[in-house]
Amino acid sequence: MAGLEIPSWDPQTALLIGTILLEAIVLYAGYAGLERLLGPHLMRLLVGGDRSGQ
Amino acid sequence: MGPEMLALFVGFGLVVGVLFGFFGMGGSFLVTPALLMLDYEPSVAVGSGMAFVFGTAVIATLKHHDLGQVDYKLGAIMITGTTIGIEAGRASVYYLESIGLAGSLISVAYVVLLGGVGAMVTRDALKGDGDGGVDHEATDKSLDEYEIPETAKKIQRTVRIPPMVTLRGDVSVSVWVITAVAFATGLLSGFLGVGGGFIRMPAMIYAIGVPVPVAVGTDLFEIVFSGGLGSYLYGQGGGVDLGIVAPLLFGSALGARVGSAATAVVDADGIKVYFGGMLLVGAVAVGVGEIGTYIGSPTLEMVGLVLVIGAAVVVAAAILYTSVVSLRTTYDRQATTAD
Repeated sequence: MAGLEIPSWDPQTALLIGTILLEAIVLYAGYAGLERLLGPHLMRLLVGGDRSGQ
Repeated sequence: MGPEMLALFVGFGLVVGVLFGFFGMGGSFLVTPALLMLDYEPSVAVGSGMAFVFGTAVIATLKHHDLGQVDYKLGAIMITGTTIGIEAGRASVYYLESIGLAGSLISVAYVVLLGGVGAMVTRDALKGDGDGGVDHEATDKSLDEYEIPETAKKIQRTVRIPPMVTLRGDVSVSVWVITAVAFATGLLSGFLGVGGGFIRMPAMIYAIGVPVPVAVGTDLFEIVFSGGLGSYLYGQGGGVDLGIVAPLLFGSALGARVGSAATAVVDADGIKVYFGGMLLVGAVAVGVGEIGTYIGSPTLEMVGLVLVIGAAVVVAAAILYTSVVSLRTTYDRQATTAD
């Protein structure tokens, strides 16, 4: 394995890296959606539910 | 992998994500030493660390693209130099592994690096000049308003080897300077499994003269390609463990959102001293863990692991606590004013 090498095509490794890429994109979009959906509720919880109603 | 390890990785990812989202750098370079201390093979620790950095960079680049903070021309030029650097670093890891020195040398490099960067950040934070970090959300300033550092101006004046390129922020610089910066940081990245942002960003700012927000965005864009290729090469040698990377990424993507949101309510300079302290504790922890491995003491190895994770958890908790306190204070003030 030692020494510089030119990457060769390996479908199994490509699938592995592709899975990580896909997971990253899904997490980016998924957490953005969750933030929009739950963000306001979470903020009310954080600053104190009773006080937010004032 | 048992559920407790899965929970540990998701939790550690969350902590690393908060640090990355808040400080715009760091955190990811705690992953490889932690994996080494968990007795993973050096190539798996570095390869999985790099694959994690790749996934994190994809998420962060999508965000910075939306903010218009990516110089695609600079990124494209840097990719070649970084890629060759990463490959040289990766080849060194496999060579050192074949002669049985990889784990020790990587740990020593981490002690020096974490200690050095930690000391620098702590000194800046204690001086209170506030210019030692990167404002992750700096969107309110035009790119022309960023002053080019003196060192970058000097390099731009003296190194005029063609071809010259003009970058965003009206910076004219030799392609060779960019390639040299890219190679040096790529080498470090390939050897340690880190994104290299904590070295590359200052290098882009002080050696090339790129405005700070563009340095952050371009660095991340560049890591997507170089980190992707590095992960692919490590993956071919069996160095990428999806069982480690997937839960880490799951936690860090959420943590990065929280950390990034916290920058809007908390002054980063106030917490930077803890960040510097965390890096210094990290350096000590890696050293203690390595001594533990050398003398065959599992207790010392465990102390090292607890110190690495503990230091990161304390700083992330300080960010979250300060954010909540700051939010409540702001809300109370607004409520009083409204009354």
